[in-house]
Amino acid sequence: MIYREAGEFKTSYVDDGQTFPIRFDRLGYYVTLAVAFLVIPFMVNDYWVNAIFLPFLIYAIAAIGLNILVGYCGQVSLGTGGFMAVGAYSVYKLMTAFPDINIFFHVIIAGAITAAVGVLFGLPSLRIKGFYLAVATLAAQFFLVWLFNRVPWFYNYSASGQISAPERTVFGIPVTGAETQPWAVYLFCLVFLVGSALIARNLTRGSTGRRWMAIRDMDIAAEIIGVNPLTAKLTAFAASSFFVGVAGALFFAVYLGAVEVGEAFGISKSFLVLFMIIIGGLGSIFGSFAGAAFLVLLPVALKVVGADMFGWPTDTVAHLQLVIVGALIVTFLVLEPHGLAQLWRVTKEKLRLWPFPH
Amino acid sequence: MGGYNPMRRTLTTLVTGALLAAGPAMADLTIVDTSYRTGPYAANGIPFSDGYQDYFTLLNERDGGIGGEKINIIECETGYNTEKGVECYESTKNEDPLVYEPLSTGITYQLIPKATADEIPLHTLGYGRTSAKNGEVFKWVFNYPANYWDGASVAIKHILDQEGGDLNGKKIALVYHNSAYGKEPIRTLEKLGEKHGYELMLLPVDHPGQEQKSQWLQVRRERPDYVIMWGWGVMNQVAIQEAVNIRYPMDHFIGIWWSGSENDVLPAGEGADGYKALTFHNLGDDYPLYDDLRKFVVDGGKAAGAGDQLGTALYNRGMYAAMLAAEAIKTAQEMAGTSAINAAQMRDGMENLKITEEKMAELGLPNFGPEFEVTCSNHGGEGYAAVAQWDAAAKEWSLITDYMQSDQDVIAPLIEEDSTAFAQESGIEPHCD
Repeated sequence: MIYREAGEFKTSYVDDGQTFPIRFDRLGYYVTLAVAFLVIPFMVNDYWVNAIFLPFLIYAIAAIGLNILVGYCGQVSLGTGGFMAVGAYSVYKLMTAFPDINIFFHVIIAGAITAAVGVLFGLPSLRIKGFYLAVATLAAQFFLVWLFNRVPWFYNYSASGQISAPERTVFGIPVTGAETQPWAVYLFCLVFLVGSALIARNLTRGSTGRRWMAIRDMDIAAEIIGVNPLTAKLTAFAASSFFVGVAGALFFAVYLGAVEVGEAFGISKSFLVLFMIIIGGLGSIFGSFAGAAFLVLLPVALKVVGADMFGWPTDTVAHLQLVIVGALIVTFLVLEPHGLAQLWRVTKEKLRLWPFPH
Repeated sequence: MGGYNPMRRTLTTLVTGALLAAGPAMADLTIVDTSYRTGPYAANGIPFSDGYQDYFTLLNERDGGIGGEKINIIECETGYNTEKGVECYESTKNEDPLVYEPLSTGITYQLIPKATADEIPLHTLGYGRTSAKNGEVFKWVFNYPANYWDGASVAIKHILDQEGGDLNGKKIALVYHNSAYGKEPIRTLEKLGEKHGYELMLLPVDHPGQEQKSQWLQVRRERPDYVIMWGWGVMNQVAIQEAVNIRYPMDHFIGIWWSGSENDVLPAGEGADGYKALTFHNLGDDYPLYDDLRKFVVDGGKAAGAGDQLGTALYNRGMYAAMLAAEAIKTAQEMAGTSAINAAQMRDGMENLKITEEKMAELGLPNFGPEFEVTCSNHGGEGYAAVAQWDAAAKEWSLITDYMQSDQDVIAPLIEEDSTAFAQESGIEPHCD
């Protein structure tokens, strides 16, 4: 009844081609942005930011990145953790080597460096596909973690082998280090997420995205109609790694503040982000958000309900979480391979017709 | 004990009781136990956490808390994972906790800047950042009674004793967890190597440490005279089993205190006989305190976890950590003149903590640990540790040396250097007030 396109007349191509063609969607989008930028910063405290918002924002960027590669271009990657580590160590080296440059640019340059590394590890994708490519990216994951553990230059020869973020400011307000305000780090990451989502959305809607999807759907057919697999695959690796690198940089500099590569960017991180896009929905920007939100909120919600409300033993709750996440992944793969995004799409279709389905 | 008031205590008990029935307890003294009972480190995390909680439960049950204030323990599962550790910290710091005992060097590194900014003390008993011993820089962090560099030095001292004081041309291997934790002793061992003339061989083991074939193959090939281990969790069991497999002489294999629990040696069976580990407190359950623990905690069904860890090495260590926290609370209560202390007063209590043999005997723990005193410039105690050896037939650890002090000539300058670097990096002016 409320949600419908009837009565909306597009009189130009620009109108017709916009991201949210239905007015209701558009309104929802503006309201969400307004709430995210103007309301939440005034309400958050340390706990909300550190336990929920920061992980959500950062994982959403990583999920968008991986979704470009896996969901849009069809190249399976298990190297996300390693590429996040590249972002984290790049931003660390930049922060310590050029302390006068704004951290904002460091994060973007860290993303660019990760993009270059991603292209390098994407080269084998020109020859190998599917499972074999997954194994090749797995090698990248282990190699990168090993590299950052092994070469002391990357961690500035610190005795512990850890990297820790010194204090850096944006407009005089600290966004890294110990003295940060919750609203400041929240807004800093939010800006990156909104920027990433806008770029990713428009990339996937444009000719680049169409090439990726052509490669994903059938690479030989795509080649015949004139899509260059070399540029298509490598741009997908570059764009994907850029976002993953930005996520890794924020994860280290803003969220954790100190990082040990094997633990923070291990193989489990790669799988976590992969689960996010599988549960959220492959080939959907909205799905990246939904998956990240789901996997960040689920453990927190289980902990609040199980340990804090019912007083169950903490180990039971931790084990329960593994069981539930595992069961959900199987359920989604069987019942809804396109994830939460598809559920949302179906809901919208139903809503358009509601309350008169015929 | 100025603020003690029996009426108030009754009221507090009543209120606590009512709240206990209604929901989470809101006592005046809150302690957060960031434990890990799941994952590859659970075998070591469980006994420590049980000991830590049981000691506070004992104080609540037997003495009605400390100075009349009940202790409220909030447990939070970290899985030895830094992200979850940070989440635990953020979700509990508003409950006014007195002290955090993260039991993870990785989480400690995360929490040092956060806790310093929030003004909540951290106690890292024999782990964490070694240079936090310098209290002029690390105002809110305490790592008494001993730290990793003390451990490294005491291990070398023990080897020196074994070799008649000469290590020239000897080869010593360090098998370590490839993380901030395992890398801690490297610099000290290198410095000591320059002093004593041994050659150091580094063998990193990646998290979680189930795969160590290549490291032990290297040990087999290079035949180091001694192997020192910095392991934790499942890595310990695997390393000891591998050492048994290549028939490495177990009495030449020395673990840090985190590689010396029953869970680490039992899986290797008879082969582990003679394995050595450091410790900064005594082992076993032959102490008067244990009678009380059994009577008030275990028999009452109030023990944490399964209640089957009493007397194990890590249970004792958790209990020791809780005992040191409780003594710091008492000191803080005396200094502040009130029983309901806050985190800042707790910090002062920790900084003025004095552990003497009389005090320990009075608590029911005679001969349990070395004496030490905390001061503003020394947050790390005196650095005494002893060597324990595993008897596989009797299934028990026993101390084979006295407590030895670490080589302060080597360690003090290293601590000075590292803490000064940290102070400069974070813009701290070292001071005592």
